[in-house]
Order: sequence, then C-alpha cells, then structure tokens
Amino acid sequence: MDGTRRDFLKILTAAGIGGLALGGSRDAFGDALNLPGYPNQFGVLVDTTVCIGCRRCEWACKEANKLPNERSLREYEKDQTVFQKIRRTHADTFTVVNRFNNPRDASRPIYVKKQCMHCYEPGCASSCFVKAFTKTPVGAVTYDASLCVGCRYCMAACPFDIPAYQYNDPWTPEVTKCTFCFDKISKQGGVPACVAICPAETMTFGKRSDLIDLAHKRIQDNPGRYVNHVYGENEVGGTSWLYLSAVPFNMIGFRTDLGTVPIPTFGKPFLSLVAPVFVAIPALCMGFYSFKKYRDKMTQDEIRRALEQKEGK
Amino acid sequence: MSSSISAAETPTWIQEKLFLGMTWREYLRSNYTPFNAVVAVILIVGIPVIIYRLVYGLGPSTNLSDNNPWGIWIGFDMLCGVALAAGGFVIGTAVHLMGMKDYAFLFRPAVLTGFLGYLFAIIALTFDLGRYYRIPYPMVVSWGVNSVLFLVAWHVALYLSCQFVEWCPAIWEWLNLKRTRKIFIKATLGATIFGVCLSMLHQSALGSIFLLMPEKLHPLWYSDYIPLWFFMTAVTGGLVMTIIESAASHRIFSHQIKHHDPEHLDRVTLGLGKAAAVSLFAYFFMKVVGLAHGNNWGYLTTGYGYLYLVEVLGFVLLPAFLFVYAVQNRLVGLVRAMAIVTALGIIFNRLNHSIIAFNWHLAWADRYVPHWMEVVLTVTVVTIGILTFRWIMNRMPILYEHPDFEPEEH
Repeated sequence: MDGTRRDFLKILTAAGIGGLALGGSRDAFGDALNLPGYPNQFGVLVDTTVCIGCRRCEWACKEANKLPNERSLREYEKDQTVFQKIRRTHADTFTVVNRFNNPRDASRPIYVKKQCMHCYEPGCASSCFVKAFTKTPVGAVTYDASLCVGCRYCMAACPFDIPAYQYNDPWTPEVTKCTFCFDKISKQGGVPACVAICPAETMTFGKRSDLIDLAHKRIQDNPGRYVNHVYGENEVGGTSWLYLSAVPFNMIGFRTDLGTVPIPTFGKPFLSLVAPVFVAIPALCMGFYSFKKYRDKMTQDEIRRALEQKEGK
Repeated sequence: MSSSISAAETPTWIQEKLFLGMTWREYLRSNYTPFNAVVAVILIVGIPVIIYRLVYGLGPSTNLSDNNPWGIWIGFDMLCGVALAAGGFVIGTAVHLMGMKDYAFLFRPAVLTGFLGYLFAIIALTFDLGRYYRIPYPMVVSWGVNSVLFLVAWHVALYLSCQFVEWCPAIWEWLNLKRTRKIFIKATLGATIFGVCLSMLHQSALGSIFLLMPEKLHPLWYSDYIPLWFFMTAVTGGLVMTIIESAASHRIFSHQIKHHDPEHLDRVTLGLGKAAAVSLFAYFFMKVVGLAHGNNWGYLTTGYGYLYLVEVLGFVLLPAFLFVYAVQNRLVGLVRAMAIVTALGIIFNRLNHSIIAFNWHLAWADRYVPHWMEVVLTVTVVTIGILTFRWIMNRMPILYEHPDFEPEEH
C-alpha cells in the first residue's frame, strides 16, 4: 500500500507540473485571445460605388511587395478579360478586383477590391502553432515567415479565404497575404500603396474609429445610394478594412453568414479544458487504481480467512 | 526456425537478432513471398513519389490549392491514423488502470500498433508540411499557445514517448537487458495515466481544429461537440482496431504462441465487441444531441444530409446493433466483421470532416480531389508501417511472454 501511495503522489505531482507546463502556460502567454482593442489602429474604407475597376491597386500592390509583375500599369488598366472569372488572392497576388453585375444599372457593373481584412481578432493568428501572425497596434496583421512551418492551418481558419501558399516552392514556401503595407503605415503620414494610387478615391485610409463614423455619415447623407450596412464593422468581431455597397453584400462576393463572433472565440472553451484534464484525470485514475487494489486485497484476505477457518475446523 | 542452422555453428548475434536465426542467404530466400512481391511493387512506385514530393514541392505532387489547403495527408494519414491508433490507450486503461487481466495479453500488440500508428502519422504529416525540416519549431522555437494545433503537436509528441515507454520492455527483453527493463516496467503505470490525459486531449483536439471553421464545415458536422465526438470515436477506433489487429496477428504469427488458445481470443474479442457496442451507442446519442443542439434537422433531406445519414445510421447505429446481436449469439466472426465496418466508418467520418463536408460552400470546380501521388504516398507510408510492425513482431516478444522474464507487474 505504501508503495502505491508514494507512486500516487509522484504521479500526481508530475501531472501537476505537466498540466502547468502544458495548460497553465496559456495564462502567461495568452495574449492573442485577449487582444487589446488597439483604439488607434488604422483602417481603410472601401466605397464600392465609386470604384471604376482600373486595377491600378493590383499593379501598385505587386510593385510595393516586389511580387513578380510582367505587365505595365497601362496593360493592367486595359485588360478587361480578367473580369470574366471571379478571382481570389494567390501566392503572388495579394489583392484582386472582381466585377459583379449591378442589378440597379446593368451598364455600370460593380467593382470590388479583395484583400486581407485585417481582423480585430484574426482566425489566422489563433490557429498558428508557432505564432507567426501578429495583430499589430497599427492594425496590420503581419506574418513572420522565419517561424512558419507550413501547416497551412491559417488558410483553413481564415473566414475570408485570404492567405495563399507558395505551393511551387519546394524548399522555403511561405504563406502570403496583404501586409497592409505595414512598413509604410507605421511611419508618420504613410499610406498603403493601393490607397495611394487609386484615381477614384475609392479608398479612404485613416483611423478605423473615424472611418466607422465616416461610413455611417455617408450612408445617412446619401439616402438611397448605399445599403445600411458597413461590412467589417462587426463581421467576425470587426475588421480593419470596411466596405460600403449599393447592393446587399452577398451579391458582390461577400459572405454575409459569418456572424459577429471572432474566430478565436470558437476555440477558447476547448483550450480552457487542458489544465483541468491534467489535474482531474490523474486524480481519478489513481483513485480508481487504489480502490481496485484495495478491493483485490480485501477479497484475497477474505479467501485466506475462509481457508484458515476451514482448516481450523 | 533454429532447425535450419547446422549443428556445428552457433548463430551470431546478428543472425539471431536480425535474421531470425538464419544465415543471410536463408533469410533472403525466406523473403520471396507473394506478399512481399506486392510490397515491392508499392515501394518501387512509392519511394520515387516521396522523393519527387521532397524535391519538387507540394505544387506538382498534390492537388492542394489556396482554397483547399488540406488534403488526404491530413484527412486520412493524420486524422484517421491517430484515431485508429487509440488501441494502446484504450487497452492500457483497461489492463493497467482497471485491472482487467484477461485482456493483458493484448496490451503489447495494442501499444505497438498505437506507437507505430502515431509514428507513421507523424511521418506522413512531415510530407504535408511545407517546411518539414521545421517540425520541432512549435516545441523549441516559438510557442503558439493559443492554437489547438500547438496542443496537438505537443501532446502527440509526448504521447509517442509515453507509448514508447509502455512498449519498450519488449525491446529490452529482445536485447536481454534485465535491469533497463525493470526500470521501464515500473514506469508503465505513470506512462499509462499520463497517456490517458494526453489521449483525451489530443484526440479531441484533432476535432477541435475544425472549431475555427464554422463557416467552412457543413453544419451537420460542425458542432460544439466536435471534441467529444472525436474522442468517443477514437475510443471506439481503439477497440475495433484491437479486434482487427489481434485477429490478424494471432492468425499470421500463431506459430510464436506456445499455448495458442483461439477460444480465449474469441472470448476476449466478444468482450471487446460488447465495449464497442456500448461506445457506438453512446456516440450515436451524442450525434443526435448534437443534431438537436444545432437544430440542423432541416439539412437531413439535402444531399449532405443523406451522406450524414449513411455515416450515422450505416456506420454507427447498424454496427452497434449487430455488435450486440453478435455478442449475444457468440458470433465472433460477426464481431470481427463489424469491427472492420466500424473502422471504415471512422475513416468515413474523418474524411467527411476534413474533405467531403469541408468547403461545402465552394463550387464543385473549386473542390479538392486527391492527386494520384497523394494516394500513392499514403499507401506507401502505410505499407512501410505494416513492414515495421511485421519486422518487430517477428523479433520481439509482443504476442508471447519471453521465457527468461517474469510477467509484468507494477
């Protein structure tokens, strides 16, 4: 019995330490789940009723991020064939402009720029097991390729299907996505490349809180021009990039079924189970084990006593 | 086997330990079997495919895309591999914690199956990782502690070590290292308990990975109960795989067992069948609760609904009833057949979660279908796993008790 009890304590202690190391550490490092609101973070308000579909932003993005780009700005503007298909972001394309039919006025199609939304609480950041993604105080969700193992969970966890992968690089593939021109906007007066080149003033760069006010003001000041919805204000807990539209958002390629709960929240209840399991399960197991050993011993004692009695008679 | 050695010479260490007491020539000749011919074909095709993947990358060797970042290397190799390798943990709990001594002879083969299952799931995973050479990063370079995958990585690594501790007394007996063996036997109870915690968490965590994708996984499979569902099916998987594995190895390796008693195995198989029935019924009710909890009844009459019904009625409820029927009428063959049906059902379930019902909102043209190289690589890894299993079974005391050692006690 003594040996059992000593083992019991040893295992319980080990389990406690293990639980602390595996589960408790969450509290010490658990910042990505409780992101500060970053009140001064930047955002971009995209007014899809203004965009003319010139695709200069696509060109500027490639230049700014030094992505392979064989064509000139002029060629980008001329090429209308790309609009035949709805496109998404890819390894060497961080942003795309898609064309949608305008149910109000068929002669004026709607153009929608697509890129990383830079979520308040990013799904990619909460999925990453090496913490390669960071929601920075300026608003940009940045990616550190020097940590990335290439599991691609971030791509699966992104509700907007944004991160792409360099599948054709056999040795050092990276996840790629819009950087919000982090280096530029971190400096005083800096503006993302796409915003800077836009000739139609489709995009407004500024403090996100100001942009929310601006968006609602535009809706109010221009009755009939917009649907009364700022996409990104509350979607998956809010995003740095915001959109205005003349038609319901699901008609121009946005998912309107995402809800307002941040993606990391869905994983929280499970993660909070880790420490309790390491405390409760060893205790239960050892309790059960000791109980069983004790019961076996009692049975054996009883048999022995019965045998002794029999022999005694 | 020793009869093939002439009386004059005693076998060398290498002959005895590696060539099963034969000379190199005899050993080579003994490997000309139809089974090995099939294996050879698989390896001749598969190993170049592995090299191709490593040299040319994921792009040309897979059908993965930006919309479908995960394919069968995750959905089958990892998810199914780990779920079906739960036998070590299930039998370990029964034998070492609950003291069910009747099942003790299943412990070593179950732990070996579990250990190799995990090992080869990880090996398959490395081919899926873009930068496989960084596989220790979540342990040593950067801790993404808020990720469910971080938990999976740590727990799978730790659990692999636990299973190694549980299984390696067999190695020490093979190498005749008495003292080392004794130390490891003492650690068995601790390793088993630690393994129970780790298994509970990472089996359910593999399902929890999908908790972050409510907008991509079909509502019939997405639920707050995913962690529980995955854990329960892993327990079932452990039970049915033990039934399948014990039936196979007691047939293939029966010459190793001195007092081969098929009736004892049948009795134990019926017991495992009973446990499988209980676990399947419990799981079925949790599936119904999940359906009601999400109020997803309406989806049952859609295409995905039929798929769901095939899974839940055909691969859960039907085997559950047939297990009961088989146990009541002592039909061991039916228990084994249902074990195979249930194992297939678990594979079906994991593929539904990770591939078939995943990204259901996308157009068919954008959906994932595995590349032939993905299939070949998977088959190759499984084959190498089976070869490793056979190599160990032929050499180490897994099915029988080593005559020079006392039975394990702790």
